[in-house]
Amino acid sequence: MKVLVAVKRVVDYNVKVRVKADNSAVDLANVKMAMNPFCEIAIEEAVRLKEKGIASEIIAVSVGPAAAQEQLRTALALGADRAILVESSADLNSLAVAKLLKAVVDKEQPSLIILGKQAIDSDNNQTGQMLAALCGYAQGTFASKVEVAGEKLKVTREIDGGLQTVELALPAVVTTDLRLNEPRYASLPNIMKAKKKPLETLTPDSLGVSVASTLQTLKVEAPPVRQAGIKVKSVEELVEKLKNEAKVI
Amino acid sequence: MAILVIAEHSAGVLAGATLNTVAAAQKIGGDIHLLLAGENLAALSEVAAKVAGVNKVLVAESSALAHLLPENVAPLVAGLVQQNGYSHVLAPASTNGKNYLPRVAALLDVDQISEIIEVVSADTFKRPIYAGNAIATVQSSAAVKVISVRSTGFDAVAAEGGSASVEAVTAAADAGKSAFVGEELAKSERPELTAAKIVVSGGRGMQNGDNFKLLYALADKLGAAVGASRAAVDAGFVPNDMQVGQTGKIVAPQLYVAVGISGAIQHLAGMKDSKVIVAINKDEEAPIFQVADYGLVADLFSAVPELEKAL
Repeated sequence: MKVLVAVKRVVDYNVKVRVKADNSAVDLANVKMAMNPFCEIAIEEAVRLKEKGIASEIIAVSVGPAAAQEQLRTALALGADRAILVESSADLNSLAVAKLLKAVVDKEQPSLIILGKQAIDSDNNQTGQMLAALCGYAQGTFASKVEVAGEKLKVTREIDGGLQTVELALPAVVTTDLRLNEPRYASLPNIMKAKKKPLETLTPDSLGVSVASTLQTLKVEAPPVRQAGIKVKSVEELVEKLKNEAKVI
Repeated sequence: MAILVIAEHSAGVLAGATLNTVAAAQKIGGDIHLLLAGENLAALSEVAAKVAGVNKVLVAESSALAHLLPENVAPLVAGLVQQNGYSHVLAPASTNGKNYLPRVAALLDVDQISEIIEVVSADTFKRPIYAGNAIATVQSSAAVKVISVRSTGFDAVAAEGGSASVEAVTAAADAGKSAFVGEELAKSERPELTAAKIVVSGGRGMQNGDNFKLLYALADKLGAAVGASRAAVDAGFVPNDMQVGQTGKIVAPQLYVAVGISGAIQHLAGMKDSKVIVAINKDEEAPIFQVADYGLVADLFSAVPELEKAL
């Protein structure tokens, strides 16, 4: 089966971001960028499906600026067969991304679409669900285990109380949780080989998709700063402070 | 203007997060309709009708809605919005809400606003981005605002005192795309993590799952819930539903005790709105001490039992 994996270029997860002085956005100038960690897990899962002989072709797709080619090359180095960049310099909302991905799905007709459960920049956790809705497909979100059984997909999902297993008709959309797998590292030979793999560039216009949004960001602020407190010397002092000063126990 | 709030419930009990979501709806203003979707809702609808601030309880009963499969819930909600012309649809940002709500938004062809922590006005909301390291104020011009609510951002409304009318609505048919197979729920006598007044959390420093007994003993003395960092979950010390952080649960208790947790950005995202934070860690350079109100540099294996005895 053909598997489509969506990846996003985001700020590296270890970077402590700062808000711009004019409160317009987070300052991303000269900040280290990387593939969203949940998307790495999505790629890894697709590659494992290929290694098991279930997936026949893996297509990595990203919606974003020209620089997102780097993340697509990473996906190719990790085992994707070819890549598609839907190039847009605009800051797109999840619905617009889902509509663009839907256009790619219509073109490529994959049996399985894997996305991360959320991007660590917008923290939206929406795109996979929206894509499933637009395509009319079933969705298996926050997946920690994925098994293909004929025309069905068995997905174990992480839910608030524990784990839930659902069975989905294919084609379906799956979004990955952190515990789905441990992504591999790309080896140098694979990084070199990835440079020769095909990478196609499309635009929202060429896909006939409007990326207009009803959502506008008015302001981005730094959160209230928590003051570092005091260090206590002993457990007795801690208990005394919690009882008499903080009055929380 | 009327607002549709989708209730969270399980095993015949209305989840606390529903009350926080109704509180957010009250800040927006307008009639509030609470939707109960699922099976065997007779007793629960009486409970829901008593929730303060709710004008009407809509009950959608169907086996197809039993486990809130999004393929079946989303068309139901989108249909109700089209039928009744709601201005807002709100759901708790639980794993259920996060699962079906974006699907509802896409069916209605509107953007969704995730995890609001403040209502500025009926069309303007605040929400954290970048693991809580920035707060965005967003304005929506959509005809229907579809919003998930971070429960720790709003004080719960009273569970008693309301007198809503109860109305049955036609439940959607099974879309036939998905089926519930089974569930493995963690059993615990302790309070629910997201609603607990005190949370005791352990990280990699606990070394193994057995040592979490120390935290359970401490938690039981305090009437606290027990949480964990991702490191502790990934190492298999405890199940994933105990994870606190950007990708786990968001908590804001009166007291948060972080034991053997370094305090990575992703963990802080889930607990830094706690009223008082206590850190117990033997590494005095650990970032957790930068947000802790009270820090104790000590070996947790001696400090935690000592703390338990001192209480």
